[in-house]
Amino acid sequence: MKALEIKNLRKIYKNGFEALKGINLQIEEGDFFALLGPNGAGKSTIIGIICSLINKSSGQVSILGHDLERTPHEAKKHLGVVPQEFNFNVFEPVEEILVNQAGYYGVSRSEAFKRAEIHLKQLDLWDKRHDMARDLSGGMKRRLMIARALMHNPKILILDEPTAGVDIEIRRSMWAFLQQINEQGTTIILTTHYLEEAEQLCKDIAIIDQGVIIKNCAMGELLSELDSECLELNLKTAINSPPSLGDYPVRLKNQTTLEVEISKGESLNTLFELLTFNKINVTSMRNKSNRLEQLFLNLVSSSERNTGA
Amino acid sequence: MYLQENFVAYKTILIKEILRFSRIWLQTIIPPAITMGLYFIIFGQLVGSQLSDIDGYTYMDYIVPGLIIMSIISNSYSNVVSSFYGTKFHHHIEELLVSPIANLTIIAGYVSGGVARGLIVGIIVTLVSLFFTQISIHSYIITLLVALLTAILFSLAGLINAIFANSFDDISIVPTFILTPLTYLGGVFYSIEMLPEFWQNVSLVNPVLYVVNAFRMGMLGVSDASLSVAILIIISFIILLTSICLWLLRKGVGIKK
Repeated sequence: MKALEIKNLRKIYKNGFEALKGINLQIEEGDFFALLGPNGAGKSTIIGIICSLINKSSGQVSILGHDLERTPHEAKKHLGVVPQEFNFNVFEPVEEILVNQAGYYGVSRSEAFKRAEIHLKQLDLWDKRHDMARDLSGGMKRRLMIARALMHNPKILILDEPTAGVDIEIRRSMWAFLQQINEQGTTIILTTHYLEEAEQLCKDIAIIDQGVIIKNCAMGELLSELDSECLELNLKTAINSPPSLGDYPVRLKNQTTLEVEISKGESLNTLFELLTFNKINVTSMRNKSNRLEQLFLNLVSSSERNTGA
Repeated sequence: MYLQENFVAYKTILIKEILRFSRIWLQTIIPPAITMGLYFIIFGQLVGSQLSDIDGYTYMDYIVPGLIIMSIISNSYSNVVSSFYGTKFHHHIEELLVSPIANLTIIAGYVSGGVARGLIVGIIVTLVSLFFTQISIHSYIITLLVALLTAILFSLAGLINAIFANSFDDISIVPTFILTPLTYLGGVFYSIEMLPEFWQNVSLVNPVLYVVNAFRMGMLGVSDASLSVAILIIISFIILLTSICLWLLRKGVGIKK
């Protein structure tokens, strides 16, 4: 059974703006799915419709086989949502926010307190359970929203920019946590502007631009489309001009940083032989840009060229 | 299972609402008691002592039911309008919209919260009135029934106001320009028999008149309007406003894009 199935979904806002132009999307149960797109592409509109926060103009959304319009109770109870903006009552204590959330899904109060304890401990918020939500830091508020979304044990978890504005340590711990719950069987749908995050976590991906899905495939398949990568080499000793490295396009970024473009499947050994021949000592090396980022930019700019935007 | 889940959700909203107004009791519970205490002193004792009896009751006794029901009306209304608008303003209405709660459960939860505050304030105002007069209730059943129906009715009205409201100004316009004048002109402080015939007829169009007089009938056994007509009107309005609330939530008016 599909965790999420979207058929010909359209949304035209009152001002006439067509945010979604017939979206079709299927997400398998157990998937860790990335929904990416530039700002204004339609990601938030899709998520808003799935979460019943936005009325669709036409089309169909099914959650685990339950039509969202015809059987909303059955469809909604499987869904957990971590929105982009903080949307809890900041004047309520942390624990109460979780217990209330569970109550909205029919979980009894005594059971809700037990679940709140588990999730607050998992997300390092147990010490803050009696604090007002407004007193939490940004990272804590993000974790609170994840804990809240898990209170009714959803089978599908939608995360809209879950790590926006949190430091790298918290982001990494959130990634580990999300991977863990995905391994336990929860389908996760993620939107993010951190493409490294999507590349690290997600098995499948859809890229949306101007209300249309322009790519929908497995993450590995997409990454294999990359023709070349740009490597940034840090040099031990400074040089004044770029060395000659055969057919490799090369650019001297500064006196101790060299950028070299490598074609897909090309061996790095030849590159290092040429570097050694030129008496250039490399101390470290990294991809100049994230691989997914490169593909994302290529796809979006090509989509914009095709539509004349 | 569906009913049981919705009952848990209903209890959750109700508990949340009671905790909300209890947490800010200095803003929600105490001010009406002080205001009504001042009404009892100024209108009941100082001014009222100079006036003749109405329907066989002293002026103080006559206005006690009116002031109690007025506090129930304003508190049940303002509880729901401010709480529900707050959930919209701070976006935690999304918690409810994402969840599988039935719209009727949302309405029942918020309305029950409004009823709880309205009745608690009503009881406190009744206790305050005991400092000024002795109350003997004509009919406990009618008094409690009318108090309950009135709290439900004005909680529903508050919910509709909150659904349409786009700013904090919008939630004060209706109470200031509609609800308060209708309540003051609804026979809280006088019997419409004291008015010229034309204004008596005009007053009969005011739905709050029936609420005030039905409650006065319960407490004192006197009324300017028929009790059965009054209760019929209140129940009809409750059914009408509940239907409007259900339609608005189903359409997502004011809460969905």
